[in-house]
Amino acid sequence: MKHKGRYGPYGGFYVPEVLIPALEEIEAAFERFKNDPEFYEELGALYADYAGRPTPLYYARRFSETVGFAVYIKREDLLHGGAHKINNTLGQGLLARYMGKTKLIAETGAGQHGLATAIVGALFGMQTKVFMGCTDVQRQNVNVHKMRLMGAEVIPVEGGTGTLKDAINDALRYWTAHVSDTFYLFGTAGGPHPYPSVVRYFQEPIGRETRRQCLDKIGRLPDLVAACVGGGSNAIGIFSGFLDDPQVQLIGVEGGGKGLDTRQHCATLAKGSVGILHGSRTYLLQDENGQIHETECISAGLDYPGVGPEHSYLKDTGRAKYVAVTDEEVLDVFDLFCKTEGIIPALESSHALAWIYRQKGRLSQDTLAVVNLSGRGDKDIGIVEQHRPLGEGLL
Amino acid sequence: MSTYQNTFSRLNRAALIPFFVIGDPTYAVCLDLVKAALDSGADILELGIPFSDPIADGPTIQKADIRALAAGITPAMALRFVREITEYKPVPIGLLVYYNLVVQYGTERFFKDFKEAGGASVLVADLSIDDADEIVPAVEAVGLQTVFMVTPNTPGPRIKAIVEKTTGFIYTVSLLGTTGERSSLSDSIRPLIARIRKHTDKPICVGFGISSPEHAQQVASAGADGVIIGSRIVKFIEENLDQPQRTQDRIAHFISEVRAALEQTGRIEQKR
Repeated sequence: MKHKGRYGPYGGFYVPEVLIPALEEIEAAFERFKNDPEFYEELGALYADYAGRPTPLYYARRFSETVGFAVYIKREDLLHGGAHKINNTLGQGLLARYMGKTKLIAETGAGQHGLATAIVGALFGMQTKVFMGCTDVQRQNVNVHKMRLMGAEVIPVEGGTGTLKDAINDALRYWTAHVSDTFYLFGTAGGPHPYPSVVRYFQEPIGRETRRQCLDKIGRLPDLVAACVGGGSNAIGIFSGFLDDPQVQLIGVEGGGKGLDTRQHCATLAKGSVGILHGSRTYLLQDENGQIHETECISAGLDYPGVGPEHSYLKDTGRAKYVAVTDEEVLDVFDLFCKTEGIIPALESSHALAWIYRQKGRLSQDTLAVVNLSGRGDKDIGIVEQHRPLGEGLL
Repeated sequence: MSTYQNTFSRLNRAALIPFFVIGDPTYAVCLDLVKAALDSGADILELGIPFSDPIADGPTIQKADIRALAAGITPAMALRFVREITEYKPVPIGLLVYYNLVVQYGTERFFKDFKEAGGASVLVADLSIDDADEIVPAVEAVGLQTVFMVTPNTPGPRIKAIVEKTTGFIYTVSLLGTTGERSSLSDSIRPLIARIRKHTDKPICVGFGISSPEHAQQVASAGADGVIIGSRIVKFIEENLDQPQRTQDRIAHFISEVRAALEQTGRIEQKR
């Protein structure tokens, strides 16, 4: 490996020997193609014409009036596939094609990354297998149907709690046996090097566009930028545009589940400790012996006991602040946002909105906040219905 | 406790190395099973500490990890288990462990305690030679040996670097992939051993997918110094969960068959 892939003490590539050559191959291809004009141009055209970039930065007027300060929404939910995940899958899928790989595998939690991979598999004519925990297959069955429609094979994973962590375990296992023709299209800015930097790179357009849109439309940088954090790819994407602007506060919002005083949450940075999982040294939810906890959160896409290593670094350096909101707060704001803005936010993204709502009355009215609306919530309607059958909410 | 060097040189054949997940299905049953394996002819042991997310292992060993964790096995108990085995019979014990367990226990303390329990070597499943310096000083300070893996897709220059870092034995695999039984062994094993042999005289042990006396013979006659058998043995446990005595009989029978097969191969090789 040419680079160590470190963010301070975090990151690295702690994987079985059999995977090292495959990671080296991806690192070398990424270094070569990311600055290749042909690759760059082709990816830019796919972002614009296929995915729908740039996405708008939208002033959420009624929501802003409710919380008492200005909230702008980065509309990643409008992208093809309904989430920011397509930025990464187009990038890595194209990289796989330039490398001459013919098969894609991916893990998925909420199904959004699996769907975005299935889309790219269809677009490029590549055979696609998506590993998905059996619990997630149940709670996100609409996305399972969509993936199958696009020709991907969805492989339900039985191990553990049947969530994202187990899907990653099985995808890594499958990859070790099929490294020669298969590209593992990793979904979040975590895992072994080079994935954290590869995924970040392909999600950076979110941050670049947002910064420029703030300057163009509002004439100044925001005071704070909030994004949900599971593995942390949408958050690192939007944060990356503002890391060099110290006046912009960066807030990562994790899944507080049933509360941080319970075991039923996935607030890795808020409550975790440092360890090694899935190839990366990072904060983890684990017991005192180093066994990884099973997490629980209303949002499948955040339900993961680890986090991308750069977020661990940003937490330690204090450049970003990481907080958690509970399932109840998320359900409240989900309903509010639907009714005030006519936008159904993904439960993942609703975590960032819930933290904003919690600031009602606490921030001055000239505060300017940006929320990354990483995905749309159509996939979550069934879950919300189960928890809030009568549509009870804040309004 | 004996070292690999005198074990391998004493044998005129490939060493028989069964693998167990410590505490599968329970601490007490596992202890009996490992002792039975030693009584039936195991030369060396490879023991794994159960981990919640064993990405280098296939489904059979993952299930063993889950059983052992459900039985409440902790790394501290696993080290006590090692001590009980070495007190029963002083064979070399190689440990297979995932890195997070070492880090949470405390790297230096972990290796010190394993050495004191009578252990011989460590293989950290998810730590490659690139980051070996994170453990090597602590391993060497207490007089343990290192084991690293070479796989069929490891390029030549990297094989050279791996064998240089290895002080115990080279753990190589017959196929790409995770642990698990296979019905036939890859043709790649003989050339792979030859590729490693070019760089070292250190012992080479082969694991992954060896599930019969015939497989063991093939691997031994391909030039391996040791034959590691994991999933086949763990499968005996899985198949007879409610009958520990039957598990023990089947493992003992299987080990003695493999031992006989290896002795036969050894004699043939010696006559040549």
